[in-house]
Amino acid sequence: MTKEELKVKITELYPAAGFDETGEWLNINAEAKDWLALARQLCHDDSLYFDYLFCLTCIDWKTHLTMVYHLESTKHRHIIVVKSKLDSGIPEIETVSHIWRTADFHEREVYEMFGVNFLNHPDLRLLILPDGWEGKNPLRKDFEDPVNMIKL
Amino acid sequence: MYRQTDIISDNTTSLEGEFVINVGPQHPATHGVLHLVITLSGETIKKVEPHLGYIHRSIEKMCESLSYRQFIYVTSRMDYLSAHINNHACALCVEKGLQVEIPSRAQVIRVLMDELTRIASHELWWGAMAMDLGAFTPFFHAFRERETINDIMEETCGARLTMNYMVPGGVMHDLHPDFQKRVKGFIQLYKKKIHEYDELVTGNIIFQNRMKNVGVLTAEDAVSYGCTGPTARGSGVSCDIRKVYPYEIYNKLEFDEVLETGCDSFARYLIRIREMHQSIRIIEQLIDNIPEGDFQAKTKAVLKLPKGEFYTRVETARGELGVYIVSEGGTTPYRIKFRSPGFSNLSVLDHIAKGSKIGDLVAMMGTLDLVIPDIDR
Repeated sequence: MTKEELKVKITELYPAAGFDETGEWLNINAEAKDWLALARQLCHDDSLYFDYLFCLTCIDWKTHLTMVYHLESTKHRHIIVVKSKLDSGIPEIETVSHIWRTADFHEREVYEMFGVNFLNHPDLRLLILPDGWEGKNPLRKDFEDPVNMIKL
Repeated sequence: MYRQTDIISDNTTSLEGEFVINVGPQHPATHGVLHLVITLSGETIKKVEPHLGYIHRSIEKMCESLSYRQFIYVTSRMDYLSAHINNHACALCVEKGLQVEIPSRAQVIRVLMDELTRIASHELWWGAMAMDLGAFTPFFHAFRERETINDIMEETCGARLTMNYMVPGGVMHDLHPDFQKRVKGFIQLYKKKIHEYDELVTGNIIFQNRMKNVGVLTAEDAVSYGCTGPTARGSGVSCDIRKVYPYEIYNKLEFDEVLETGCDSFARYLIRIREMHQSIRIIEQLIDNIPEGDFQAKTKAVLKLPKGEFYTRVETARGELGVYIVSEGGTTPYRIKFRSPGFSNLSVLDHIAKGSKIGDLVAMMGTLDLVIPDIDR
């Protein structure tokens, strides 16, 4: 599907979607509370069939966090990017690890690096950071480590 | 180095007959500092839990304070066996932001270097995997050919492992005058010796018995777990970025995407062996046709990417590498994410190992071709 067709189809499924076409791929802005329902439809709808989550990450914008999901359909070969704004104080979003299994590890990484709480995640523990890690999340912009971080 | 949860005092025999063992962080079969906590019932694997971070350097955070010329050098240290291809991905991403046209000579040099790297990486994997399974000789056979590639790299790039040869706009400097002669010499050597690989390992009945029907991964699961590269293609998933979303000059070259439908460790093994032949095919097409001209486009000394987001995907020896740059218009990236192939490929290990014998775990890990610095970043 082309960008336009995707836009029409996704508006049908999720009327509240906001679109941004400036980038290479179609960007969709979704509310965090609607994400799980939208994700289910994106994956299971036959004409969309986004079965491959090739990148899951988070960006710290200081005022808020943004979750970024890059999705591809291996059947139709189209790509979309879904973004969801989170509150940086208590960031919470539903997990999608049961829809795309790769999200399991990626969400654990985002959890420890950005402090995002993935609701209903089956195994939300530290993956990379050492046990007993306390305090700030390393990839947040306000993280400081005077011992191990060298300012360039 | 062990973490509190790994010191298994009271839950070694949590359920009847179940016990937990640690493989790593220092273990010859993990080829790096990977730590697996394995729950066993007798010899049968119940659960494999990877614990990462022993070589985590937070490259993504580091890149936020490095300029667009500097950050590329750090990425050689992620997947050190595909250093060229990592650099290539970053250079492509920066070029996408700058909208620079790359001279055709640079494009050909880049593809040649990528394919040489791919062969070198698969050679090392082949030798190391056979060694994991108890055959020591293949390691020396593999290194014989791999050394030739390393020598070629050393002449042109000045380094054997972390080359740092690709820069935004092209390559750092021109090819060594002996490059073509050396590569042709390598192709000859490769063609003379490659049948030994099949005779020594592929056709070996003991080896086949240890690989067939071990670590079965269905196509559906491969996609869901985000597996890419030979790991997914062994399950028949077409995911070669060089074919699906061609970059540089890959759409003008003749080569096949290697697919197997065996879904087991042996299928993944065959993919890598056959991929080496395809890489040789690509090199043969290009080695006599390197166009004359500049090896680098003219770019400013200080690079500034426009505000926006840029994402490139390339095929490394292990699978799909994604570079995601978020720019605020400055000289350093606001945020960089490296979608490393190893991280996703490792996540499938628990799924494919469940229910098999502990002795098969090494064969499965071998065919996933894990490079730990690439997983930890």
